[in-house]
Amino acid sequence: MTGKINNPFSRWLEKITNLFPGDDVSISERPDRQAFWMIVRKEFADSIRSWRIVILLAIILLTCIASLYTAVTTIQDVVEASEDAQKIGRGAYLFLSLFTVSDGAMPSFITFIGLLGPLLGIALGFDAINSERNRGTLSRLMAQPIPRDYVINAKFVASVLLCTLLFFSLGLLVMAFGILILGIPPTGEEFARIMFFLFLCIVYIAFWLNLGILFSVIFRQAATSALASIAVWLFFGVFFPIIVNLFANNVLNVEQVASMTELVSRYGWVLALMRLSPNYLFNESVTVLLSPTTRSVGVVTMEQMVGAVTSPLPLTQSLLLVWPQITAMIAATLICFAISYVLFMRQEIRA
Amino acid sequence: MTEAIIQLKNLTKKYDEQYAVNDLSLTIKKGEIFGLLGPNGAGKTTTILMILGLSEPTSGKVTVCGIDSTRNPIGVKKRVGYLPDNVGFYTHMTGLENLMYTAQLNGIYGEKAEKRAFDLLEKVNLLDAAHKKTGKYSRGMRQRLGLADVLIKNPEVIILDEPTLGIDPEGVRELLKLIKQLSKEEKITVLLSSHQLHQVQQICDRVGIFVKGKLLAEGNLETLAKKLFIEDNFVIQVKVDPIRAELIEKVKSIPSVHKVEQLGQQLEIYCGEDVSAEISKLIVQSGAHLLQLNKKDFGLDEIYHRYFEGRDEDDRKN
Repeated sequence: MTGKINNPFSRWLEKITNLFPGDDVSISERPDRQAFWMIVRKEFADSIRSWRIVILLAIILLTCIASLYTAVTTIQDVVEASEDAQKIGRGAYLFLSLFTVSDGAMPSFITFIGLLGPLLGIALGFDAINSERNRGTLSRLMAQPIPRDYVINAKFVASVLLCTLLFFSLGLLVMAFGILILGIPPTGEEFARIMFFLFLCIVYIAFWLNLGILFSVIFRQAATSALASIAVWLFFGVFFPIIVNLFANNVLNVEQVASMTELVSRYGWVLALMRLSPNYLFNESVTVLLSPTTRSVGVVTMEQMVGAVTSPLPLTQSLLLVWPQITAMIAATLICFAISYVLFMRQEIRA
Repeated sequence: MTEAIIQLKNLTKKYDEQYAVNDLSLTIKKGEIFGLLGPNGAGKTTTILMILGLSEPTSGKVTVCGIDSTRNPIGVKKRVGYLPDNVGFYTHMTGLENLMYTAQLNGIYGEKAEKRAFDLLEKVNLLDAAHKKTGKYSRGMRQRLGLADVLIKNPEVIILDEPTLGIDPEGVRELLKLIKQLSKEEKITVLLSSHQLHQVQQICDRVGIFVKGKLLAEGNLETLAKKLFIEDNFVIQVKVDPIRAELIEKVKSIPSVHKVEQLGQQLEIYCGEDVSAEISKLIVQSGAHLLQLNKKDFGLDEIYHRYFEGRDEDDRKN
């Protein structure tokens, strides 16, 4: 760090830092909070300056622009065809479809985030600890008067901070462009839904980030941990759905199923299996959040449908619907972090 | 000078079934330069990590500046600077930035940190490279930057793990001079580990010889030598032409000579005191030509070798 703080972000962080009176207690043996934010600051600056993050950010930005463009053109066609655009916009949650609509050729915004988000998380985490070890900086860092967990905590906080900053600015930008191009302002509920969606993205990326950190603690070589993380990502992204579908074809074979109730229970099994994948959890909850017309994430029989009012769900009900999914994702994130935390605390420092 | 600053009491560290450090007790006094000598894998680094509280001892106690390292490692790390072997820096940052970062982690901020960093860079002769990325530093420069990095927290004790490894002789001389100078000027206690004896010999007040987790001997060079070579304090090498059996007999009859060995044209005479004058007289009187006479010094190398001879034999038995 250069002593002179010149970018606004650093200034902001320094303000946060000053909230914790670290200098006064530094004489005593209490851990120095300010030191923690110093590590966060350095890690944040490192990430933002590193080539791999810059490249990934560029890719994410480009794909988002592309998907946004196709979404806007598709929506505009619909709106122009109709007389009362305002009314359609309200009724169909037109603003939310900015994130979900695709023209078939170009995947939608959420598909891209679901695909590239994990990569960003992995890129931020996969060499968190082992690169320090390999460069010989870990033992030097450990010789400073800071608790050992500051290092791993600060790295996590810095990366999550980066993701939060990135995704909220990206989401707000998309909204701004949506307003400019479509001419329809989002309703309060739509805005809240988008905020929840962005929060979900961060939780999802944090899961992959923690997986990366976990591998960076386990594997001494950065390349090994990167490959391991990408293997997990590929497995859940590509192979897991294929395997579950193969299994489902067998289980849900109509000839083998005796009754309707058995079919429903078997379908429930397949769904439960599917939900082991964080990708599926993410897609499910995002779909529910961004398309209010989704009323259920499970099987609905005709009997249950009878008498139901076919209107979109309010936000609270949508949230209730995906609450288990969100909880599971947060839990998976925390479990990954907890394991890497414990492993790191027990590891020998010597290189 | 008598105040103890690092105290190890019956320190033991066990990895699985193997002892890395075995019942080590050692006291290092304030202001001295102590050399921890031993071959690779003797447990030097493990000992150092336990002193810093980075590794937990299986049993025993470490006290640094009156603080228990195991209980309060942060308190110890505030007072002790540690230069690991193979020290690394953030390669994308300049030397100055690396130092500033360490300063911040130690609670020194802003201009105070910058001033201190520049002072130290000047001291280790790296002022010209202050704004160069550390990725471009040579090994010797990195080691010197490491020394500055260790000093930035204004430590009472510095621990250097193999500080001279992989540096050219001129760099080693400079570094050692710097360490010595620092210890004298700033009254810093220095503990350095090494397996390179000559270098340690130059600057250490005391050394401890450390093999297989055990401290075999400690003290200054003279006491170490005395402990080892109680009988044969001196070895005199003479080159004589021609060597006759009667000459050897005559030399052996000198009271303090214990043993005479013939190696080609040379004689090695082991004796309890310096009798080179008598020997040369004997040789000349016997009519032979005295071509060369020198006294073999017992340096650390010899001491070290003697200690490890025993160890090798143990290994062979196993």
